[in-house]
Amino acid sequence: MSALLDVENLWVKFPSRHGVFDAVRGVSFTLGRERLGIVGESGSGKSMTGRAILRLIRPPGIVEADHIKLDGVNLLDKTEKEMRAVRGQRISMVMQDPKYSLNPVMTIGDQIIEAYRLHNKVSKSAAYKKSLEMLEAVSIRDPERVMRAYPHEMSGGMGQRIMIAMMLIPNPEILIADEPTSALDVSVQRQVLDIMDRLVKERGMGLIFISHDLNLVADFCDRVLIMYAGRIVEVCDADKLHEAKHPYTQGLLNSLPRLDAPRDRLEVLQRDPAWSEAPSVSGRV
Amino acid sequence: MTEQTLKQWLLTDTPTSRRHAKISAFYQGWLSFRSNTMAMIGLGILLALVVIAAAAPLLAPHDPFVQNLGNRLAPLGTEGHIFGTDSLGRDILSRLIYGARITLYIVALVALIAPVAGLLVGTISGYVGGWTDTILMRITDIFLAFPRLVLALAFVAALGAGIENAVLAISLTAWPPYARIARAETLTIRSSDYISAIKLQGAGALRIITKHIWPLCISSLIVRVTLDMAGIILAAAGLGFLGLGAQPPSPEWGAMISEGRRFILDHWWVATMPGLAIFTVSLAFNLLGDGLRDVLDPKAGE
Amino acid sequence: MNMLDVNDLNVWFGSGRDRVDAVKHATFSVAQGESFGLVGESGSGKSTILRAITGLAPDWSGAITVEGKAIGHKRAKAFFKTVQMVFQDPYASLHPRHSVDQVLGETLQLHGFKDIDTRVVKLLEDVGLGTKFRFRYPHQLSGGQRQRVAIARALAPEPDLLLLDEPTSALDVSVQAEILNLLSDLRTEHNLTYVMVSHDLSVVGHMCDRLAVMKDGEIVEVLDVDVLRHMNAEHPYSRHLLEASL
Repeated sequence: MSALLDVENLWVKFPSRHGVFDAVRGVSFTLGRERLGIVGESGSGKSMTGRAILRLIRPPGIVEADHIKLDGVNLLDKTEKEMRAVRGQRISMVMQDPKYSLNPVMTIGDQIIEAYRLHNKVSKSAAYKKSLEMLEAVSIRDPERVMRAYPHEMSGGMGQRIMIAMMLIPNPEILIADEPTSALDVSVQRQVLDIMDRLVKERGMGLIFISHDLNLVADFCDRVLIMYAGRIVEVCDADKLHEAKHPYTQGLLNSLPRLDAPRDRLEVLQRDPAWSEAPSVSGRV
Repeated sequence: MTEQTLKQWLLTDTPTSRRHAKISAFYQGWLSFRSNTMAMIGLGILLALVVIAAAAPLLAPHDPFVQNLGNRLAPLGTEGHIFGTDSLGRDILSRLIYGARITLYIVALVALIAPVAGLLVGTISGYVGGWTDTILMRITDIFLAFPRLVLALAFVAALGAGIENAVLAISLTAWPPYARIARAETLTIRSSDYISAIKLQGAGALRIITKHIWPLCISSLIVRVTLDMAGIILAAAGLGFLGLGAQPPSPEWGAMISEGRRFILDHWWVATMPGLAIFTVSLAFNLLGDGLRDVLDPKAGE
Repeated sequence: MNMLDVNDLNVWFGSGRDRVDAVKHATFSVAQGESFGLVGESGSGKSTILRAITGLAPDWSGAITVEGKAIGHKRAKAFFKTVQMVFQDPYASLHPRHSVDQVLGETLQLHGFKDIDTRVVKLLEDVGLGTKFRFRYPHQLSGGQRQRVAIARALAPEPDLLLLDEPTSALDVSVQAEILNLLSDLRTEHNLTYVMVSHDLSVVGHMCDRLAVMKDGEIVEVLDVDVLRHMNAEHPYSRHLLEASL
């Protein structure tokens, strides 16, 4: 399997009054044409890892790495202008809440058409047709009505599908999805995941799926990185997540209440300081 | 206690008493304020202004009211008169130093009256809503609809000329924007969960407004007031120029500019020196306001 | 006597053409000492029911009875000594400028307690925080610690009925386990009755004895948790939720 993305020794640092805070500490992994999950609790550095790949960390934050290679080209050597051609074109990102990612005063159709024509030199009517296809591709039943609607008229699930449709227009090689379904109801969650799954398979994309939900990731991904305090503590195949070895992963799994196995008390995760000291596990294949 | 442990005591995340928590929170605010160089410059200028005003008789080289018509309109750097003299031969530096008192007086009075009135009207209007809101906000609109100086003129004409009445008139015209800000803030705070939570403890409107809404509104008002100070000093000067504010021979900076205006082409320093003084103080207030905005934001502590 | 009876409750927002009916004809009752769950997806009206009981949603019709006493549209101060609520987002439910001590102290003062100092210490110990957190501000606390403070505030007036509005949905799973354990312990220690709103069937399954499934403002089914565990829900929507959450 050839690696689309190759990250080696990634650090994200935030200097502050109380010294430098390391949000991500020496993380290495590769991404092929697969669904790679990154799980962890809030503050584990999972979102920062996703943003750092696109160099989207806001100052005073600093991104350092030996390399972040996209098809063998180091993204860290690129200028900000060259980076802009990478973001969206070759690597797309879907955020948690679609409400903040869509322009509230433009119809959804106008936004999709604009995004499409930015990347392809075509006439307006051709772009309109293409946009309808895009919306159909993400299982929107009545695309013509949706094209005329404004973002606030959409439900959360609809909004997230529209965001995915827009992210897919330039045909990126990699899609980074940062908690794409955690603002959605469970039944809608499934549908959105199915759509992403289909697109990844059909187009041969690489997907980085960032989530706090272990069961969701175990279900949906091929390979999982488990992050704790800015490091990868464990790497495993998603279908073997429930046999995970690391006490942190086990602790997280055991702390979930389960309908099929009622208990009086839930197990509480006992944090071992050694976990954050141990070196990061490599997620390279 | 050594210095190191005092610092630790101040920066602790685990305060041990109510007083400790307050001092520690204050010290951390001061630290983040101190890291803002521009705000520190602003604070420095204003502190210097206070010292100058307090020690005016010691600092001023001449009596600000003594005229010397033989030495009128002396240029900058004249022996004994670094900033020159005005049309009546009075030392400009001494007049500027004494004028600092008047400027501070104006600033203090307006800063006491206008934001407090605005805060009261705005928070009550925003929290109570309904008819109260409509009535209070229409009154605010009426005040806003008048040009500020014209309204102030009307007030001064009714109250009588003089610096106190000028300040009062300015305050009366300055409160509506504060009321607007306070109301807007109140509307967002009112629907938040922590207000719902205190309602569920049976707290009444008075307690919610004074103890829960005011502390959150005050920071944005303080910032707005410091940013408005320049305009307030100028408005007082404008009233002085029209003969309704500070009365001659009072060394009020605005009045000094309007006096110097007649000679501006031949003797530019007469109007420029008080102008520079106003500029410096206004700038200082603006820098301070920007720095305070960063500190007073509740999220700044994170 | 039931702790809480809700009979034909309707709650709406706005009026005329803008009127939105958030809850329609909701009827359920919660026995003394029971833990009752309200489950549904976003917009199903489950949180609105809690807000109507506490008076935070003013436009409602029907009958709400707490400990046998009918509740009018104006809540007396004594009502808040019986019923308290914990909010969903601990980052939004604590005043950003008030220390833990101020939050609890003011609550106790409002309810007319005299021995405030000892009670604040006791409350902090009850929710597993300890006195070292007493003088901290919310921004010095983690999400789980904030939610503990919010629970302490709700316990301060020594209520009988605690309304929990998705108390763990903003927290990490490991912290969720701690808070759920704490809530179970407090229920036994203080002999509390819970009404818990959640979108997460497994959380409700863990915490509650019975639950009501809500959809579009209506209660479609009231069932025992045992029935839920055995996947025997009758209403197709309940089944659909169950399948989606496994």
